[in-house]
Amino acid sequence: MRYAVLIYEKPDVHDPLSPGERQALSDEYMAIHEDPRVVEGARLQPAEMTTTIRMQGGETLITDGPFADTKEVFGGYYLLEADDLDAAIEIAERIPAVRLGGAIEIRPLMYRHP
Amino acid sequence: MIEHVFRDEWGRVVASLVGFLGDFDLAEDVAQEAFAFAVERWPRDGMPANPGAWLVTTARNRALDRLRRERTLAAKVRLLEVPAPVEVEVEESTVPDEQLELIFMCCHPALAMEAQVALTLRALGGLTTEEIAAAFLVAPETMKRRLSRAKAKIRTAGIPFRVPPGRLLARRLAAVLTVVYLVFNHGYGGRIDLAAEAIRLGRLLCGLMPDEPEVHGLLALMLCHDARRRARFSNAELVLLEDQDRSLWDAAQIGEGRAALDRALALYGRGPYVLQAAIASLQVEERIDWPEVAALYGELARRTRSPVVELNRAVAVAQAGLPDAALGIVEGLELDGYPYLHSTRAELLRRLGRPEEARAAYRRALELARNEPERRFLQRRLNEP
Repeated sequence: MRYAVLIYEKPDVHDPLSPGERQALSDEYMAIHEDPRVVEGARLQPAEMTTTIRMQGGETLITDGPFADTKEVFGGYYLLEADDLDAAIEIAERIPAVRLGGAIEIRPLMYRHP
Repeated sequence: MIEHVFRDEWGRVVASLVGFLGDFDLAEDVAQEAFAFAVERWPRDGMPANPGAWLVTTARNRALDRLRRERTLAAKVRLLEVPAPVEVEVEESTVPDEQLELIFMCCHPALAMEAQVALTLRALGGLTTEEIAAAFLVAPETMKRRLSRAKAKIRTAGIPFRVPPGRLLARRLAAVLTVVYLVFNHGYGGRIDLAAEAIRLGRLLCGLMPDEPEVHGLLALMLCHDARRRARFSNAELVLLEDQDRSLWDAAQIGEGRAALDRALALYGRGPYVLQAAIASLQVEERIDWPEVAALYGELARRTRSPVVELNRAVAVAQAGLPDAALGIVEGLELDGYPYLHSTRAELLRRLGRPEEARAAYRRALELARNEPERRFLQRRLNEP
């Protein structure tokens, strides 16, 4: 089965970290990326870089910033090919954002990729 | 007779079908058809030698027929791609028992707790949707939606049908036991006897996982508590443990509970359910060893960090002859919204000869009380001179 693993982070959680600590975190993310069940993954630029598109009165409305004002921001994702939900949970648990006050959503994909 | 077989075989048959078909809804549908077919056939042709295998085989054949029909239909309209069903000869004597796989699937933490409970009662307990709805006081339609949503999530999210591997087993088993204990605590007196249902599930689990001490611990706990059921109320009034008529206790059930506790202890069990079972077992002794009960609650409180357990420890400490120490424990607890904190405090203050403070605490407990018998009990205490 294919799962999208969506990573939500506390926004400024990395700010107080030293360069060494940041590198260690980055290495952890890379190690997960190396797991054979990870099809692809990406880290997103900070939420301030977001552009949001909506439709209002038939016109496209373009605004700066994310569409929802939440405490956690969507920070990146992995796409997994895993046997079942337990396998996906096992990978998700290792994502550093979890222990840094964030949360992970595991969403099965609707269609199988060819 | 047939009814009895059905009750015993339902879980096994559904488990085997879910394992074989990988589809919960289809498994339930064809299981139901097979049971209906049995009602028709068995009285006429006699009971088969192995009713469970007969039911599984019949249901499997129905499922294969159905899949074949759907495939033909799909071929005609070229709309759906249903995989070709593989015909499998069922060896009548060797239907594997897959109820454990089924219960771990039903109690997966990715499902809402109320859905776990409902699914378990439906799939393993064989209760109907209407019965489960009645037991939890929701409309049958609501329960139906809850069950079909849970089954859809099992299918869509890929919740596995298997016993979790070692690394996960302890946590997942705890989730299963929570569901069973929740069913047990849901209470007595309704149309559906959920306590009996939970005990049935507990016995089933003991048979399926004979080496897990916590499983025996939970069964022992439920049996020892349930054995006092008839003594707990007198004319719909609540009767405290020390005032209960012991002749109303179910001695056979207490015996079975103690045997289960012995098995748990022989397996070196010391988990939360084993500890609670040990307490429940002490509480049905002729003379209750309150210092030992207090020590066990202490161990349980250290493990669970639960203030409610601490409150129970305080009661045991008071019963052991130390009401002052007990009051000290109670007053250090942050459980202001919990009625039993106030009723316990009231009881202790009364015993310590502080009637005015006791009265105030009884009044606070009365404000928070959750059911009529409790309210009446507290009111009686308030009315005492």
